[in-house]
Amino acid sequence: MKELICIVCPKGCHLKVDESLNVTGNGCNRGITYAKDELINPTRMVTSTVKVNGGKLSRVPVVTSKPVPKNKIMEVMEEINKVQVNAPIYIKDIVISNVLGLGVDIVATRSVL
Amino acid sequence: MSNMKTYDVVVIGGGSGGLSAAISAYDDGVKNILVLEKEEYLGGILLQCIHNGFGLHTFKEELTGPEYADRFVKELIKREIEYKVNTFVTEIKKNDEGFTVIYSNQEEGFVLVNAKTIITATGCSERTRGEISMQGDRPSGVMTAGMAQKYLNLEGYLVGKNVFILGSGDIGLIMARRMVLEGANVLGVAELMPYSNGLNRNIVQCLEDFNIPLYLNHTVKRVIGKDRLESVIIQKVDENLNFIEGTEIIFKCDTLLLSVGLIPNNPLLTPLGVLMHPKTKGPLVDEYLMTNVKGIFACGNSLHVHDLVDFVTNEGAICGKSVAKYLKGNLDTNNIININNGKGISYVLPKTMYLNNDLTFKLNFRVNKPYKDVELIIKQNNKIIKKIKKSYLIPAEMESVIILKKDVTSLDDIIIEVIE
Repeated sequence: MKELICIVCPKGCHLKVDESLNVTGNGCNRGITYAKDELINPTRMVTSTVKVNGGKLSRVPVVTSKPVPKNKIMEVMEEINKVQVNAPIYIKDIVISNVLGLGVDIVATRSVL
Repeated sequence: MSNMKTYDVVVIGGGSGGLSAAISAYDDGVKNILVLEKEEYLGGILLQCIHNGFGLHTFKEELTGPEYADRFVKELIKREIEYKVNTFVTEIKKNDEGFTVIYSNQEEGFVLVNAKTIITATGCSERTRGEISMQGDRPSGVMTAGMAQKYLNLEGYLVGKNVFILGSGDIGLIMARRMVLEGANVLGVAELMPYSNGLNRNIVQCLEDFNIPLYLNHTVKRVIGKDRLESVIIQKVDENLNFIEGTEIIFKCDTLLLSVGLIPNNPLLTPLGVLMHPKTKGPLVDEYLMTNVKGIFACGNSLHVHDLVDFVTNEGAICGKSVAKYLKGNLDTNNIININNGKGISYVLPKTMYLNNDLTFKLNFRVNKPYKDVELIIKQNNKIIKKIKKSYLIPAEMESVIILKKDVTSLDDIIIEVIE
């Protein structure tokens, strides 16, 4: 029996999920989906910054194009920390394509000239 | 001074509030606008908030802070609205036409301009160690969470390696995660209250995901360190916030991040006689977000501290529209009605509204403690204007209610309260 707090809406229902993936404690159906996803394949968006060479700012903020598996977060961070970009870099530019083969890109969220 | 430029509106602050206000004023016909921003770039605090979660209401997407800011900067530039960066407003004075605004930057030095109206969107500051009288030594390594965020996200400096955080508001939680992702060891978060002030999603995604312990009912008793922070002692408090003997826990750390509250910034307004709200620490405003000084409007975190940038954008838009009406002489401020916070409500804005031809007005408020399954009542004397069932209300989440003016039938005080 796993206990978790739903984060889909501000209510924060306290959910209980058993081994057969039956969910209780949810205030709505979205909680059931959330609980199952959290147990089977929890994913998270990752945001960070990348070093910029020759730009007006020294870092450019980046985001994953989609959520990544929760257990891959630190590995994704290692990949992000390996790269540097040269100015100019534009918002929506892909900084790393298909990071760790996860089908997720690392994308710039700000332009640095 | 005949060679002083005159603007219909000067917007002080080019963050979410100011950008939204300038765009709305322009779209409602105000053309002579000047936006003044102290930093090098427009965008305000969003530029350092590199995490996602912004814009769910406005764009139905969850953007990162810089992306949200970028959308509004692009809209400002598209309209060719005049703006200046690296520019600091040092004083506002009243004059016959409205106001004299004095600003300063490297290119122009000190400049005086005339403004028929002013919108202040100057944001807020973080509460500091001194303001909470934190005891102990004064080594380096003690700073606000927002400062650590600025150093890390804008400059690329990790401010410490072994971190303790005081305050479980969203800034503290977000920085807990950020520091871990960049290789620091976050030892724990202490929270004075028996409940966290941050969003549940941040408790899960910033603390639980990384096994960072949360010490509720605890605060920092003492800071220890000679040149650099060496350790902090945290201690449990009772319901009167007095320390409980024997509950000290010591953490060896080199960094203490403070997330202990945000205070609206309005040093330009007090010399003008603008009255402040005792609870929010921002100006008292009417439904048009106008202060008691006619022609000065306020929005965003300098009016009251927000949790969602979407609400700031809405407030900025109200200021922009109000300025447009004011300049045309269409702001009907007769028939004033006071709005008061009743049982369960920590504060409500605006403080006053007017009985006039507008269709609706909006109230923003916070409750004073968490409530489950209650009724929100807005009434005049004993006549109920609006009643809403709420399954969930918490102080950390600002709420919004829209009222139809046709339901307001007298000039008596309006009161908003929570009924359990």
